[in-house]
Amino acid sequence: MNPTTFAAILPEVLLLVLGILILVVEPFWKEKDRRNTGWLTFGGLLAILVVSLLAGRPGEPTSVFGGTIRFDWLGFFFKMLFIFAAAMTSLFMMDVEKLGRRGESYLLLLASTLGMNLMASASDLVMLYLAIETTSIPLYVLSGFIVDDEKSTESGFKYLLFGAMTSAVMLYGFSLLFGFTGTTNLYEIAAAVAGAQVSTVTALGVIALVLVGIGFKVSLVPFHFWAPDTYEGAPTPVAGFLSTASKAAGFAVLVRLFFIAFAKNGLAPDWTTGLAALATLTMTLGNLVAMTQTNIKRLLAYSSIAHAGYVMIGVVAFSNLGVTSVVFYLIAYILTNLAAFGIVAVFSRVAGSDKISDYAGLSRRSPWLAMAMLVAFLSLAGMPPFGGFVAKVFVFAAAVKSDLVWLAVVGVINSILGVYYYLTVLKVVYLYRMEGEAEESHPIPLTRPYGIALVVLSLGVLLIGTLFAPWFSASGAAALNLF
Amino acid sequence: MIPLSWYLILAAALFSVGLFGVLARKNAIAILLGVELMLNAVNINLVAFWRYGSLASIAGQVFAIIVFAVAAAEVAVGLGLVISVYRRRNTVVADELDLMKW
Repeated sequence: MNPTTFAAILPEVLLLVLGILILVVEPFWKEKDRRNTGWLTFGGLLAILVVSLLAGRPGEPTSVFGGTIRFDWLGFFFKMLFIFAAAMTSLFMMDVEKLGRRGESYLLLLASTLGMNLMASASDLVMLYLAIETTSIPLYVLSGFIVDDEKSTESGFKYLLFGAMTSAVMLYGFSLLFGFTGTTNLYEIAAAVAGAQVSTVTALGVIALVLVGIGFKVSLVPFHFWAPDTYEGAPTPVAGFLSTASKAAGFAVLVRLFFIAFAKNGLAPDWTTGLAALATLTMTLGNLVAMTQTNIKRLLAYSSIAHAGYVMIGVVAFSNLGVTSVVFYLIAYILTNLAAFGIVAVFSRVAGSDKISDYAGLSRRSPWLAMAMLVAFLSLAGMPPFGGFVAKVFVFAAAVKSDLVWLAVVGVINSILGVYYYLTVLKVVYLYRMEGEAEESHPIPLTRPYGIALVVLSLGVLLIGTLFAPWFSASGAAALNLF
Repeated sequence: MIPLSWYLILAAALFSVGLFGVLARKNAIAILLGVELMLNAVNINLVAFWRYGSLASIAGQVFAIIVFAVAAAEVAVGLGLVISVYRRRNTVVADELDLMKW
Protein backbone atom coordinates (compact mmCIF):
# COMPACT_ATOMS: atom_id res chain seq x y z
CA MET A 1 0.00 0.00 0.00
CA ASN A 2 1.52 3.33 -0.97
CA PRO A 3 1.69 6.16 1.57
CA THR A 4 -1.14 8.28 0.08
CA THR A 5 -3.53 5.34 0.15
CA PHE A 6 -2.73 4.71 3.78
CA ALA A 7 -2.91 8.39 4.74
CA ALA A 8 -6.41 8.55 3.22
CA ILE A 9 -7.76 6.17 5.84
CA LEU A 10 -5.34 6.96 8.66
CA PRO A 11 -7.98 8.41 11.04
CA GLU A 12 -10.29 5.44 10.40
CA VAL A 13 -7.51 2.91 11.06
CA LEU A 14 -6.55 4.68 14.28
CA LEU A 15 -10.20 4.82 15.42
CA LEU A 16 -10.47 1.08 14.92
CA VAL A 17 -7.24 0.49 16.86
CA LEU A 18 -8.51 2.66 19.71
CA GLY A 19 -11.81 0.78 19.75
CA ILE A 20 -10.06 -2.58 20.01
CA LEU A 21 -7.75 -1.21 22.71
CA ILE A 22 -10.76 -0.17 24.79
CA LEU A 23 -12.38 -3.59 24.40
CA VAL A 24 -9.18 -5.30 25.53
CA VAL A 25 -8.27 -3.01 28.42
CA GLU A 26 -11.68 -2.33 29.96
CA PRO A 27 -12.40 -5.83 31.40
CA PHE A 28 -9.13 -5.75 33.34
CA TRP A 29 -10.07 -2.60 35.21
CA LYS A 30 -11.79 -2.88 38.55
CA GLU A 31 -15.38 -1.73 38.79
CA LYS A 32 -14.44 1.58 40.44
CA ASP A 33 -11.85 2.38 37.76
CA ARG A 34 -14.13 1.73 34.80
CA ARG A 35 -14.80 5.45 34.42
CA ASN A 36 -11.21 5.75 33.16
CA THR A 37 -12.39 4.24 29.87
CA GLY A 38 -13.75 7.71 29.19
CA TRP A 39 -10.35 9.32 29.76
CA LEU A 40 -8.74 6.67 27.55
CA THR A 41 -11.25 7.41 24.77
CA PHE A 42 -10.78 11.14 25.14
CA GLY A 43 -6.97 10.92 25.15
CA GLY A 44 -6.98 8.48 22.26
CA LEU A 45 -9.24 10.71 20.17
CA LEU A 46 -7.04 13.74 20.85
CA ALA A 47 -3.98 11.70 19.83
CA ILE A 48 -5.76 10.63 16.63
CA LEU A 49 -6.58 14.27 15.93
CA VAL A 50 -2.95 15.33 16.32
CA VAL A 51 -1.50 12.39 14.36
CA SER A 52 -3.96 12.88 11.51
CA LEU A 53 -3.25 16.61 11.35
CA LEU A 54 0.48 15.92 11.21
CA ALA A 55 0.66 12.84 9.01
CA GLY A 56 -2.69 12.48 7.28
CA ARG A 57 -3.13 15.79 5.48
CA PRO A 58 -4.30 15.51 1.88
CA GLY A 59 -2.52 17.14 -1.03
CA GLU A 60 -4.13 17.28 -4.44
CA PRO A 61 -7.52 15.54 -4.40
CA THR A 62 -7.02 11.87 -5.27
CA SER A 63 -9.26 8.84 -5.48
CA VAL A 64 -8.04 5.76 -3.62
CA PHE A 65 -9.25 2.19 -3.06
CA GLY A 66 -10.62 1.80 -6.56
CA GLY A 67 -12.36 5.15 -6.49
CA THR A 68 -14.44 4.35 -3.40
CA ILE A 69 -12.73 6.99 -1.24
CA ARG A 70 -11.90 10.55 -2.18
CA PHE A 71 -8.90 11.93 -0.33
CA ASP A 72 -9.36 15.72 -0.24
CA TRP A 73 -9.62 18.70 2.11
CA LEU A 74 -13.40 18.63 2.29
CA GLY A 75 -13.44 15.10 3.67
CA PHE A 76 -10.41 15.71 5.88
CA PHE A 77 -11.89 18.82 7.43
CA PHE A 78 -15.13 17.04 8.28
CA LYS A 79 -13.20 14.08 9.71
CA MET A 80 -11.34 16.33 12.12
CA LEU A 81 -14.64 17.89 13.19
CA PHE A 82 -16.22 14.48 13.87
CA ILE A 83 -13.23 13.29 15.89
CA PHE A 84 -13.29 16.49 17.94
CA ALA A 85 -17.03 16.12 18.56
CA ALA A 86 -16.54 12.49 19.62
CA ALA A 87 -13.76 13.53 22.04
CA MET A 88 -16.05 16.10 23.66
CA THR A 89 -18.92 13.60 23.78
CA SER A 90 -16.73 11.02 25.51
CA LEU A 91 -16.01 13.61 28.23
CA PHE A 92 -19.73 14.29 28.65
CA MET A 93 -20.50 10.56 28.78
CA MET A 94 -18.13 9.76 31.65
CA ASP A 95 -20.34 10.82 34.53
CA VAL A 96 -23.66 9.70 33.11
CA GLU A 97 -25.04 6.81 35.10
CA LYS A 98 -25.25 3.40 33.37
CA LEU A 99 -23.40 4.82 30.36
CA GLY A 100 -20.09 6.23 31.49
CA ARG A 101 -18.69 3.10 33.14
CA ARG A 102 -19.38 0.76 30.25
CA GLY A 103 -16.69 0.13 27.67
CA GLU A 104 -19.32 -0.74 25.03
CA SER A 105 -20.75 2.76 25.00
CA TYR A 106 -17.37 4.25 24.08
CA LEU A 107 -16.81 1.53 21.50
CA LEU A 108 -20.17 2.34 19.89
CA LEU A 109 -19.27 6.04 19.88
CA LEU A 110 -15.99 5.25 18.10
CA ALA A 111 -17.71 2.93 15.62
CA SER A 112 -20.19 5.60 14.61
CA THR A 113 -17.38 8.16 14.34
CA LEU A 114 -15.60 5.73 12.02
CA GLY A 115 -18.74 5.57 9.90
CA MET A 116 -19.01 9.36 9.78
CA ASN A 117 -15.40 9.66 8.66
CA LEU A 118 -16.15 7.32 5.78
CA MET A 119 -19.35 9.23 4.99
CA ALA A 120 -17.34 12.42 4.60
CA SER A 121 -14.90 10.90 2.13
CA ALA A 122 -16.95 8.24 0.30
CA SER A 123 -17.19 8.77 -3.45
CA ASP A 124 -18.90 5.53 -4.36
CA LEU A 125 -22.51 4.51 -3.73
CA VAL A 126 -21.54 1.18 -2.14
CA MET A 127 -19.10 2.82 0.25
CA LEU A 128 -21.56 5.61 0.95
CA TYR A 129 -24.34 3.19 1.92
CA LEU A 130 -21.99 1.15 4.07
CA ALA A 131 -20.71 4.31 5.79
CA ILE A 132 -24.20 5.63 6.48
CA GLU A 133 -25.23 2.34 8.09
CA THR A 134 -21.98 2.10 10.07
CA THR A 135 -22.87 5.49 11.50
CA SER A 136 -26.54 4.76 12.15
CA ILE A 137 -26.51 1.30 13.69
CA PRO A 138 -24.23 2.13 16.68
CA LEU A 139 -26.27 5.29 17.22
CA TYR A 140 -29.53 3.29 17.39
CA VAL A 141 -27.96 1.21 20.15
CA LEU A 142 -26.54 4.25 21.97
CA SER A 143 -29.96 5.97 21.99
CA GLY A 144 -31.55 2.93 23.55
CA PHE A 145 -28.53 2.12 25.69
CA ILE A 146 -30.12 2.56 29.12
CA VAL A 147 -32.31 -0.56 28.95
CA ASP A 148 -34.12 -0.04 32.25
CA ASP A 149 -35.23 3.46 31.32
CA GLU A 150 -38.56 3.62 29.49
CA LYS A 151 -37.77 6.80 27.62
CA SER A 152 -34.35 5.67 26.45
CA THR A 153 -35.60 2.36 25.04
CA GLU A 154 -38.49 4.12 23.33
CA SER A 155 -36.13 6.67 21.83
CA GLY A 156 -33.82 4.00 20.41
CA PHE A 157 -36.82 2.11 19.04
CA LYS A 158 -38.27 5.14 17.25
CA TYR A 159 -34.87 6.14 15.88
CA LEU A 160 -34.35 2.64 14.50
CA LEU A 161 -37.77 2.40 12.80
CA PHE A 162 -37.38 5.78 11.09
CA GLY A 163 -33.76 5.15 10.21
CA ALA A 164 -34.35 1.71 8.72
CA MET A 165 -37.24 2.96 6.58
CA THR A 166 -35.55 6.08 5.24
CA SER A 167 -32.29 4.31 4.49
CA ALA A 168 -34.22 1.65 2.52
CA VAL A 169 -35.89 4.38 0.43
CA MET A 170 -32.53 6.03 -0.18
CA LEU A 171 -31.04 2.70 -1.16
CA TYR A 172 -33.80 2.19 -3.73
CA GLY A 173 -32.72 5.53 -5.19
CA PHE A 174 -29.10 4.31 -5.26
CA SER A 175 -30.12 1.11 -7.07
CA LEU A 176 -31.92 3.13 -9.77
CA LEU A 177 -28.95 5.46 -10.07
CA PHE A 178 -26.68 2.44 -10.57
CA GLY A 179 -29.08 1.02 -13.14
CA PHE A 180 -29.41 4.14 -15.25
CA THR A 181 -25.73 5.07 -15.25
CA GLY A 182 -24.18 1.59 -15.06
CA THR A 183 -21.66 2.60 -12.40
CA THR A 184 -21.49 3.23 -8.68
CA ASN A 185 -18.69 5.80 -8.74
CA LEU A 186 -19.90 9.35 -8.10
CA TYR A 187 -17.57 10.93 -10.65
CA GLU A 188 -18.57 8.46 -13.36
CA ILE A 189 -22.21 9.04 -12.44
CA ALA A 190 -21.57 12.77 -12.83
CA ALA A 191 -20.18 12.15 -16.32
CA ALA A 192 -23.19 10.00 -17.24
CA VAL A 193 -25.60 12.65 -15.97
CA ALA A 194 -23.69 15.36 -17.87
CA GLY A 195 -23.83 13.24 -21.03
CA ALA A 196 -27.65 13.22 -20.70
CA GLN A 197 -27.77 9.43 -20.30
CA VAL A 198 -30.41 9.96 -17.63
CA SER A 199 -33.58 11.89 -18.40
CA THR A 200 -34.38 14.87 -16.20
CA VAL A 201 -37.53 13.30 -14.78
CA THR A 202 -35.72 10.10 -13.79
CA ALA A 203 -32.88 12.09 -12.26
CA LEU A 204 -35.29 14.19 -10.20
CA GLY A 205 -37.09 11.05 -9.04
CA VAL A 206 -33.79 9.56 -7.90
CA ILE A 207 -32.87 12.82 -6.17
CA ALA A 208 -36.16 12.77 -4.27
CA LEU A 209 -35.57 9.18 -3.10
CA VAL A 210 -32.00 9.93 -2.01
CA LEU A 211 -33.13 13.08 -0.25
CA VAL A 212 -35.39 11.02 2.03
CA GLY A 213 -32.35 9.27 3.52
CA ILE A 214 -30.24 12.40 3.82
CA GLY A 215 -33.18 14.46 5.07
CA PHE A 216 -33.57 11.95 7.89
CA LYS A 217 -29.90 12.33 8.85
CA VAL A 218 -29.98 16.13 8.94
CA SER A 219 -33.61 16.23 10.24
CA LEU A 220 -35.08 18.20 7.36
CA VAL A 221 -38.74 18.96 7.82
CA PRO A 222 -40.92 16.22 6.42
CA PHE A 223 -38.45 13.69 7.86
CA HIS A 224 -37.87 15.28 11.26
CA PHE A 225 -40.44 13.43 13.39
CA TRP A 226 -37.88 11.18 15.03
CA ALA A 227 -35.65 14.01 16.25
CA PRO A 228 -37.55 15.47 19.24
CA ASP A 229 -38.53 12.05 20.60
CA THR A 230 -35.09 10.56 20.16
CA TYR A 231 -33.27 13.56 21.65
CA GLU A 232 -35.60 13.65 24.65
CA GLY A 233 -35.25 9.97 25.47
CA ALA A 234 -31.63 9.29 24.54
CA PRO A 235 -28.89 9.83 27.14
CA THR A 236 -28.12 13.56 26.89
CA PRO A 237 -24.51 13.33 25.60
CA VAL A 238 -25.69 10.92 22.90
CA ALA A 239 -28.43 13.37 21.92
CA GLY A 240 -25.75 16.05 21.66
CA PHE A 241 -23.66 13.83 19.41
CA LEU A 242 -26.70 13.00 17.25
CA SER A 243 -27.60 16.63 16.80
CA THR A 244 -24.07 17.76 15.88
CA ALA A 245 -21.71 15.21 14.36
CA SER A 246 -24.40 13.01 12.82
CA LYS A 247 -26.08 16.03 11.28
CA ALA A 248 -22.79 17.41 9.96
CA ALA A 249 -22.05 14.02 8.39
CA GLY A 250 -25.41 14.20 6.63
CA PHE A 251 -24.48 17.58 5.21
CA ALA A 252 -21.06 16.32 4.10
CA VAL A 253 -22.81 13.60 2.08
CA LEU A 254 -25.47 15.98 0.79
CA VAL A 255 -22.90 18.47 -0.48
CA ARG A 256 -20.68 15.88 -2.13
CA LEU A 257 -23.51 13.91 -3.70
CA PHE A 258 -25.52 16.84 -5.01
CA PHE A 259 -22.68 19.12 -6.06
CA ILE A 260 -20.79 16.40 -7.89
CA ALA A 261 -23.30 13.87 -9.17
CA PHE A 262 -26.39 16.02 -9.78
CA ALA A 263 -24.84 19.34 -10.72
CA LYS A 264 -24.63 18.98 -14.50
CA ASN A 265 -27.10 19.05 -17.35
CA GLY A 266 -29.33 21.80 -15.97
CA LEU A 267 -30.41 19.72 -12.96
CA ALA A 268 -29.12 22.13 -10.32
CA PRO A 269 -31.86 24.82 -10.66
CA ASP A 270 -34.54 22.16 -10.16
CA TRP A 271 -33.24 20.68 -6.93
CA THR A 272 -32.09 23.99 -5.48
CA THR A 273 -35.68 25.25 -5.81
CA GLY A 274 -36.97 22.17 -4.00
CA LEU A 275 -34.33 22.45 -1.28
CA ALA A 276 -35.05 26.18 -0.84
CA ALA A 277 -38.70 25.32 -0.15
CA LEU A 278 -37.66 22.60 2.32
CA ALA A 279 -35.20 24.99 4.02
CA THR A 280 -37.97 27.55 4.51
CA LEU A 281 -40.31 24.92 5.94
CA THR A 282 -37.59 23.49 8.18
CA MET A 283 -36.59 26.84 9.68
CA THR A 284 -40.14 28.05 10.21
CA LEU A 285 -41.56 24.86 11.67
CA GLY A 286 -38.52 24.25 13.87
CA ASN A 287 -38.62 27.74 15.36
CA LEU A 288 -42.40 27.94 15.80
CA VAL A 289 -42.71 24.57 17.53
CA ALA A 290 -39.64 25.25 19.70
CA MET A 291 -41.46 28.23 21.23
CA THR A 292 -44.10 26.01 22.82
CA GLN A 293 -41.72 23.51 24.44
CA THR A 294 -41.41 23.04 28.19
CA ASN A 295 -38.67 20.40 28.10
CA ILE A 296 -35.20 21.76 27.37
CA LYS A 297 -34.10 18.74 25.35
CA ARG A 298 -37.14 19.00 23.09
CA LEU A 299 -36.52 22.73 22.75
CA LEU A 300 -32.95 22.03 21.66
CA ALA A 301 -34.23 19.34 19.28
CA TYR A 302 -36.54 21.77 17.49
CA SER A 303 -33.81 24.39 17.55
CA SER A 304 -31.46 21.90 15.87
CA ILE A 305 -34.12 21.26 13.22
CA ALA A 306 -34.27 25.02 12.60
CA HIS A 307 -30.47 25.13 12.34
CA ALA A 308 -30.56 22.43 9.67
CA GLY A 309 -32.71 24.89 7.73
CA TYR A 310 -30.13 27.67 8.08
CA VAL A 311 -27.33 25.38 6.89
CA MET A 312 -29.51 24.37 3.95
CA ILE A 313 -29.55 28.03 2.80
CA GLY A 314 -25.81 27.69 2.17
CA VAL A 315 -26.37 24.52 0.16
CA VAL A 316 -29.15 26.12 -1.89
CA ALA A 317 -26.86 29.05 -2.77
CA PHE A 318 -24.97 26.47 -4.89
CA SER A 319 -21.71 28.38 -5.04
CA ASN A 320 -18.20 28.25 -3.66
CA LEU A 321 -19.15 30.77 -0.98
CA GLY A 322 -22.23 28.67 -0.21
CA VAL A 323 -20.23 25.53 0.59
CA THR A 324 -17.68 27.59 2.53
CA SER A 325 -20.47 29.02 4.65
CA VAL A 326 -21.97 25.54 5.17
CA VAL A 327 -18.66 24.21 6.50
CA PHE A 328 -18.14 27.29 8.67
CA TYR A 329 -21.69 27.12 10.01
CA LEU A 330 -21.20 23.48 10.94
CA ILE A 331 -18.00 24.27 12.90
CA ALA A 332 -19.76 26.95 14.91
CA TYR A 333 -22.89 24.82 15.32
CA ILE A 334 -21.02 21.72 16.50
CA LEU A 335 -19.18 23.68 19.21
CA THR A 336 -22.27 25.55 20.35
CA ASN A 337 -24.75 22.70 20.40
CA LEU A 338 -22.32 20.28 22.07
CA ALA A 339 -21.92 22.88 24.81
CA ALA A 340 -25.69 23.31 25.12
CA PHE A 341 -26.34 19.58 25.47
CA GLY A 342 -23.37 19.26 27.84
CA ILE A 343 -24.90 21.86 30.14
CA VAL A 344 -28.21 20.03 30.06
CA ALA A 345 -26.38 16.81 30.97
CA VAL A 346 -24.66 18.48 33.94
CA PHE A 347 -27.91 19.96 35.17
CA SER A 348 -30.08 16.88 34.83
CA ARG A 349 -27.45 14.72 36.55
CA VAL A 350 -27.78 16.83 39.70
CA ALA A 351 -31.33 18.13 39.50
CA GLY A 352 -32.83 15.05 37.87
CA SER A 353 -35.05 17.10 35.59
CA ASP A 354 -35.09 18.48 32.05
CA LYS A 355 -37.96 20.90 32.61
CA ILE A 356 -37.16 24.49 31.68
CA SER A 357 -38.97 25.80 34.76
CA ASP A 358 -36.56 23.86 36.99
CA TYR A 359 -33.68 25.97 35.67
CA ALA A 360 -34.92 28.85 37.83
CA GLY A 361 -32.16 30.21 40.03
CA LEU A 362 -29.40 28.46 38.10
CA SER A 363 -27.35 31.67 37.97
CA ARG A 364 -27.14 31.58 41.77
CA ARG A 365 -26.76 27.84 42.10
CA SER A 366 -23.83 27.70 39.71
CA PRO A 367 -22.71 31.01 38.16
CA TRP A 368 -20.15 29.38 35.87
CA LEU A 369 -22.61 26.90 34.44
CA ALA A 370 -25.09 29.72 33.87
CA MET A 371 -22.32 31.66 32.13
CA ALA A 372 -21.57 28.71 29.81
CA MET A 373 -25.30 28.50 29.10
CA LEU A 374 -25.36 32.21 28.26
CA VAL A 375 -22.53 31.74 25.76
CA ALA A 376 -24.10 28.68 24.14
CA PHE A 377 -27.64 30.03 23.89
CA LEU A 378 -26.63 33.48 22.65
CA SER A 379 -24.47 31.81 20.03
CA LEU A 380 -27.41 29.61 18.99
CA ALA A 381 -29.55 32.74 18.78
CA GLY A 382 -26.92 34.36 16.54
CA MET A 383 -25.66 37.17 18.75
CA PRO A 384 -22.23 38.73 18.29
CA PRO A 385 -19.47 38.19 19.40
CA PHE A 386 -20.20 34.44 19.36
CA GLY A 387 -19.64 31.91 16.59
CA GLY A 388 -23.32 31.57 15.71
CA PHE A 389 -23.51 35.18 14.57
CA VAL A 390 -20.64 35.07 12.10
CA ALA A 391 -21.87 31.72 10.77
CA LYS A 392 -25.35 33.13 10.07
CA VAL A 393 -23.89 36.22 8.38
CA PHE A 394 -21.88 34.07 5.96
CA VAL A 395 -24.83 31.81 5.15
CA PHE A 396 -27.12 34.76 4.44
CA ALA A 397 -24.37 36.50 2.45
CA ALA A 398 -24.02 33.40 0.27
CA ALA A 399 -27.78 33.44 -0.38
CA VAL A 400 -27.76 37.13 -1.32
CA LYS A 401 -24.79 36.65 -3.67
CA SER A 402 -26.69 33.88 -5.47
CA ASP A 403 -29.71 36.16 -5.98
CA LEU A 404 -31.76 34.43 -3.30
CA VAL A 405 -32.57 37.57 -1.34
CA TRP A 406 -36.00 36.21 -0.34
CA LEU A 407 -34.40 33.18 1.29
CA ALA A 408 -32.00 35.38 3.24
CA VAL A 409 -34.96 37.46 4.42
CA VAL A 410 -36.79 34.31 5.53
CA GLY A 411 -33.64 33.28 7.38
CA VAL A 412 -33.31 36.61 9.16
CA ILE A 413 -36.98 36.62 10.22
CA ASN A 414 -36.51 33.10 11.55
CA SER A 415 -33.41 34.07 13.54
CA ILE A 416 -35.52 36.73 15.23
CA LEU A 417 -38.14 34.10 16.11
CA GLY A 418 -35.28 32.02 17.50
CA VAL A 419 -34.00 34.81 19.74
CA TYR A 420 -37.37 34.76 21.52
CA TYR A 421 -37.20 31.23 22.87
CA TYR A 422 -33.47 31.19 23.56
CA LEU A 423 -33.88 34.36 25.64
CA THR A 424 -36.90 32.87 27.43
CA VAL A 425 -34.67 30.09 28.72
CA LEU A 426 -31.99 32.59 29.75
CA LYS A 427 -34.68 34.63 31.51
CA VAL A 428 -35.55 31.60 33.66
CA VAL A 429 -31.85 30.99 34.36
CA TYR A 430 -30.95 34.55 35.33
CA LEU A 431 -34.06 36.33 36.56
CA TYR A 432 -36.17 33.68 38.27
CA ARG A 433 -35.49 32.38 41.79
CA MET A 434 -36.03 28.93 43.24
CA GLU A 435 -39.31 29.04 45.08
CA GLY A 436 -39.04 29.16 48.85
CA GLU A 437 -35.47 27.84 49.01
CA ALA A 438 -32.03 29.33 49.27
CA GLU A 439 -30.18 28.63 46.02
CA GLU A 440 -26.85 28.48 47.81
CA SER A 441 -27.91 25.26 49.54
CA HIS A 442 -28.47 23.56 46.14
CA PRO A 443 -25.16 23.95 44.32
CA ILE A 444 -24.48 22.16 41.05
CA PRO A 445 -21.01 20.64 41.23
CA LEU A 446 -19.06 20.33 37.99
CA THR A 447 -16.93 17.21 37.71
CA ARG A 448 -13.58 17.52 35.97
CA PRO A 449 -14.53 16.07 32.55
CA TYR A 450 -17.56 18.38 32.32
CA GLY A 451 -15.41 21.33 33.35
CA ILE A 452 -12.77 20.66 30.72
CA ALA A 453 -15.28 20.11 27.94
CA LEU A 454 -17.39 23.17 28.76
CA VAL A 455 -14.35 25.45 29.01
CA VAL A 456 -12.97 24.20 25.68
CA LEU A 457 -16.34 24.54 23.94
CA SER A 458 -17.19 27.98 25.35
CA LEU A 459 -13.77 29.36 24.46
CA GLY A 460 -14.10 27.77 21.02
CA VAL A 461 -17.45 29.50 20.44
CA LEU A 462 -15.89 32.85 21.42
CA LEU A 463 -12.78 32.21 19.35
CA ILE A 464 -14.75 31.41 16.21
CA GLY A 465 -16.90 34.47 16.71
CA THR A 466 -13.97 36.84 17.05
CA LEU A 467 -11.02 35.39 15.15
CA PHE A 468 -13.01 33.87 12.34
CA ALA A 469 -10.63 34.54 9.43
CA PRO A 470 -8.44 31.40 9.78
CA TRP A 471 -11.50 29.16 10.17
CA PHE A 472 -13.16 30.80 7.22
CA SER A 473 -10.16 30.35 4.96
CA ALA A 474 -9.86 26.70 6.06
CA SER A 475 -13.54 26.20 5.20
CA GLY A 476 -12.87 27.89 1.87
CA ALA A 477 -10.00 25.51 1.13
CA ALA A 478 -12.30 22.59 1.90
CA ALA A 479 -15.07 23.96 -0.33
CA LEU A 480 -12.68 24.50 -3.22
CA ASN A 481 -12.27 20.74 -3.64
CA LEU A 482 -15.83 20.46 -4.91
CA PHE A 483 -15.51 22.82 -7.83
CA MET B 1 -35.26 -13.77 -22.41
CA ILE B 2 -37.56 -11.89 -20.07
CA PRO B 3 -37.17 -8.15 -20.63
CA LEU B 4 -35.49 -6.03 -17.95
CA SER B 5 -38.60 -3.94 -17.37
CA TRP B 6 -40.43 -6.96 -15.88
CA TYR B 7 -37.86 -7.23 -13.13
CA LEU B 8 -38.02 -3.52 -12.48
CA ILE B 9 -41.81 -3.61 -12.23
CA LEU B 10 -41.59 -6.56 -9.83
CA ALA B 11 -39.07 -4.67 -7.72
CA ALA B 12 -41.17 -1.49 -7.74
CA ALA B 13 -44.24 -3.49 -6.69
CA LEU B 14 -42.35 -5.23 -3.91
CA PHE B 15 -40.95 -1.89 -2.75
CA SER B 16 -44.42 -0.37 -2.67
CA VAL B 17 -45.82 -3.30 -0.69
CA GLY B 18 -42.97 -2.94 1.79
CA LEU B 19 -43.39 0.82 2.10
CA PHE B 20 -47.15 0.39 2.61
CA GLY B 21 -46.44 -2.16 5.33
CA VAL B 22 -44.03 0.20 7.09
CA LEU B 23 -46.47 3.09 7.01
CA ALA B 24 -49.70 1.22 7.73
CA ARG B 25 -48.79 -1.51 10.23
CA LYS B 26 -48.59 -0.74 13.93
CA ASN B 27 -46.63 -3.76 15.12
CA ALA B 28 -42.87 -3.19 15.29
CA ILE B 29 -42.09 -6.65 13.91
CA ALA B 30 -44.38 -6.05 10.93
CA ILE B 31 -42.67 -2.71 10.31
CA LEU B 32 -39.27 -4.41 10.28
CA LEU B 33 -40.66 -7.02 7.86
CA GLY B 34 -41.79 -4.17 5.59
CA VAL B 35 -38.27 -2.74 5.63
CA GLU B 36 -36.92 -6.17 4.65
CA LEU B 37 -39.29 -6.25 1.67
CA MET B 38 -38.02 -2.84 0.58
CA LEU B 39 -34.41 -4.00 0.83
CA ASN B 40 -35.23 -7.13 -1.20
CA ALA B 41 -36.75 -4.92 -3.89
CA VAL B 42 -33.45 -3.05 -3.98
CA ASN B 43 -31.57 -6.33 -4.39
CA ILE B 44 -33.76 -7.43 -7.29
CA ASN B 45 -33.08 -4.07 -8.94
CA LEU B 46 -29.34 -4.33 -8.40
CA VAL B 47 -28.95 -7.87 -9.69
CA ALA B 48 -31.29 -7.26 -12.67
CA PHE B 49 -29.40 -4.13 -13.65
CA TRP B 50 -26.11 -6.00 -13.36
CA ARG B 51 -27.37 -8.95 -15.48
CA TYR B 52 -28.69 -6.73 -18.25
CA GLY B 53 -25.90 -4.19 -18.06
CA SER B 54 -22.19 -4.82 -18.38
CA LEU B 55 -21.46 -8.26 -16.94
CA ALA B 56 -17.80 -7.42 -16.62
CA SER B 57 -18.42 -4.93 -13.84
CA ILE B 58 -19.38 -6.81 -10.69
CA ALA B 59 -20.46 -3.65 -8.83
CA GLY B 60 -24.12 -4.69 -8.88
CA GLN B 61 -23.47 -8.07 -7.32
CA VAL B 62 -21.10 -6.69 -4.71
CA PHE B 63 -23.64 -4.02 -3.82
CA ALA B 64 -26.36 -6.68 -3.39
CA ILE B 65 -24.16 -8.77 -1.07
CA ILE B 66 -23.33 -5.72 1.02
CA VAL B 67 -27.03 -4.90 1.27
CA PHE B 68 -27.66 -8.43 2.64
CA ALA B 69 -24.98 -8.04 5.26
CA VAL B 70 -26.08 -4.61 6.40
CA ALA B 71 -29.75 -5.63 6.45
CA ALA B 72 -28.87 -8.54 8.72
CA ALA B 73 -27.01 -6.24 11.10
CA GLU B 74 -29.87 -3.77 11.10
CA VAL B 75 -32.46 -6.43 11.90
CA ALA B 76 -30.29 -7.87 14.66
CA VAL B 77 -30.08 -4.46 16.33
CA GLY B 78 -33.75 -3.82 15.58
CA LEU B 79 -34.96 -7.01 17.23
CA GLY B 80 -32.69 -6.28 20.18
CA LEU B 81 -34.29 -2.88 20.65
CA VAL B 82 -37.77 -4.38 20.21
CA ILE B 83 -37.01 -6.90 22.97
CA SER B 84 -35.72 -4.20 25.31
CA VAL B 85 -38.88 -2.15 24.69
CA TYR B 86 -41.06 -5.24 25.24
CA ARG B 87 -39.39 -5.97 28.58
CA ARG B 88 -40.15 -2.49 29.89
CA ARG B 89 -43.56 -1.86 28.40
CA ASN B 90 -45.04 -5.27 27.58
CA THR B 91 -45.98 -4.12 24.07
CA VAL B 92 -44.38 -3.81 20.66
CA VAL B 93 -47.20 -1.77 19.10
CA ALA B 94 -45.81 1.54 17.90
CA ASP B 95 -49.00 3.44 18.79
CA GLU B 96 -48.79 2.49 22.44
CA LEU B 97 -45.24 3.78 22.78
CA ASP B 98 -46.28 7.37 23.25
CA LEU B 99 -44.39 8.47 26.33
CA MET B 100 -42.91 11.31 24.32
CA LYS B 101 -45.12 13.45 22.12
CA TRP B 102 -44.90 16.95 20.64
